[in-house]
Amino acid sequence: MITLHVNGQDHAVEGDPATPLLYVLRNDLRLNGAKFGCGLGQCGACTVVVDDEPIFSCQVPISVLAGRRVTTLEGLGTEKEPGPLQKAFIAAQAAQCGYCIPGMIMRAHALLKRNATPSDDDIRRWMQPNLCRCGTHPRILDAIRTAAGRVS
Amino acid sequence: MRRRWLAGLGIVLLVAVLAVLSFGLWARRPAIAQTAVPAPASFDHATIRQGARLVAAGYCIECHTAAGGQSYAGGYPVPTPFGTIYGSNITPDPTTGIGHWSEPAFVRAMRQGIARDGSHLYPAFPYTHFTRISNGDARAIYAYLMTLPPVRDRVPPPQLPFPLNVRPVMAGWNLLFFHEGRFKPKPDRSAQWNRGAYLAGGLGHCAACHSPRNIFGAENRREAYDGGQSEGWSAPALGRHSPAPLPWTKDELATYLSNGFVPTHGLAMGPMAGVTRQLAKLPPADVRAIATFVASLAPAPSADAAVAAAAAARAAYHVTTATAVAGRGPAKTGAAIFAGACASCHFEGGDQPFYRPVRLGLSSVVNEPDARDFVHIVMAGIQPPSGAAGRWMPPFGVALTDRQITLLAQYVRSHFSGKPGWTGIARAVSDARKEPGS
Repeated sequence: MITLHVNGQDHAVEGDPATPLLYVLRNDLRLNGAKFGCGLGQCGACTVVVDDEPIFSCQVPISVLAGRRVTTLEGLGTEKEPGPLQKAFIAAQAAQCGYCIPGMIMRAHALLKRNATPSDDDIRRWMQPNLCRCGTHPRILDAIRTAAGRVS
Repeated sequence: MRRRWLAGLGIVLLVAVLAVLSFGLWARRPAIAQTAVPAPASFDHATIRQGARLVAAGYCIECHTAAGGQSYAGGYPVPTPFGTIYGSNITPDPTTGIGHWSEPAFVRAMRQGIARDGSHLYPAFPYTHFTRISNGDARAIYAYLMTLPPVRDRVPPPQLPFPLNVRPVMAGWNLLFFHEGRFKPKPDRSAQWNRGAYLAGGLGHCAACHSPRNIFGAENRREAYDGGQSEGWSAPALGRHSPAPLPWTKDELATYLSNGFVPTHGLAMGPMAGVTRQLAKLPPADVRAIATFVASLAPAPSADAAVAAAAAARAAYHVTTATAVAGRGPAKTGAAIFAGACASCHFEGGDQPFYRPVRLGLSSVVNEPDARDFVHIVMAGIQPPSGAAGRWMPPFGVALTDRQITLLAQYVRSHFSGKPGWTGIARAVSDARKEPGS
């Protein structure tokens, strides 16, 4: 048994230690923000934050996460009370199909934690691993700028 | 008594001063007069094109371009055990580049490691190899560089401690370790082999990274191509000590050198990735020539070697998850990390259809004597240059702790390689953590 610390709560999880975090989040903890995209750590739809760093949860087995803080999209706010970054993504209408957006928001969340005033270049470079097939990048950039307190 | 002691001290000081002065005089090299920046139209097209190919063969752009900087404008930090040296600006800018260098000044720099103003260059610039190139080739490289767009960009001075920051000291280094001289073809070898030896041993300076160096930073010539290191990466042995489980063939070498990947050995990583991107611009005949030369460094295949290769191939193609996940304690932990983090692309260490990675049992990285390349790749992943297509692997340095990376390395080495376990993995991990960007 492994204890996972997710969004401030401890969860005792049974299962194969090699199980990817994403499966446990979605299937056991019913936290469906993180998405299964490629399952190969290539697209970023499954991005969550561990100890302030973005990781691909489809490629991280639960066995390596004992004693570490996991933050998922659900940890940033609720449907009724979205967090500042979520509000900015809604305001910018950054989602087209929306599948990549939870991962985008989580990667952006990690950026703003380490750099509250990122330049456009910082944002572009940091967000590079996460893919969006709809091409809403200008709006994603806009949302992150807004959340960082920059007038867009 | 006191007076005699003072006189003795005086003589010692005088001798020391005289020694320094005479060394300084002996080490001095004349400046070569500045010339006006030559007009690009003064070089003929065929020579410029030849120069472009040669500059690719020497992958000059790799050390003479800073990350995100303009091509050939210098500023790339070359880490050495003594300090950091920055690649110089070799565009024809008159103030910060080589615009005022005449052709003889340029040829002297390539041949002898002496700058136009007579100062000594550091052998991080591999004049120790470039000394072998022909007159015609040196002139063609000059023509190519002089027709580049000039870029005004001053390069930081080398960060070296005393006495290495005194450039004339390199005259002493040259006396001990530098052998000037043109390439001499071996008449008993084929024209293709000689072409390869010329390119690999001269402009290609393969031995600069793939040979061990002594405490003075000079290549150990008796152990040429026996493996070295570059920028924190291992440069594997090319010949008798090659870590490759399957002997490299000439065809595989040619593919690897120009594509950066061959399924039977793996992907060019670290500084070699950039080298292969440049070698891809060479005429195929030149790449084949280099491959011919490099293949000749390995001993003739023996019956024992063939048996070992066959066993390695069998093992690489028949690893199973059942054997992989057996075991307890740390081995079990390493196996679980592999199963959860690696297996979706490297299932059973094989070449899964999505990305067709190298089979881990055949990978040079997994079979090298040193864990640091493995550690680098696991931590930083694999990314093609920004905007380019290429193989991709996610980084795991963030998700995995030092201890977890160590257990994973032990597991991969013991399950996919027939070689003895790695030592110093934890050290390699903590070293990699200290690198910028990790």
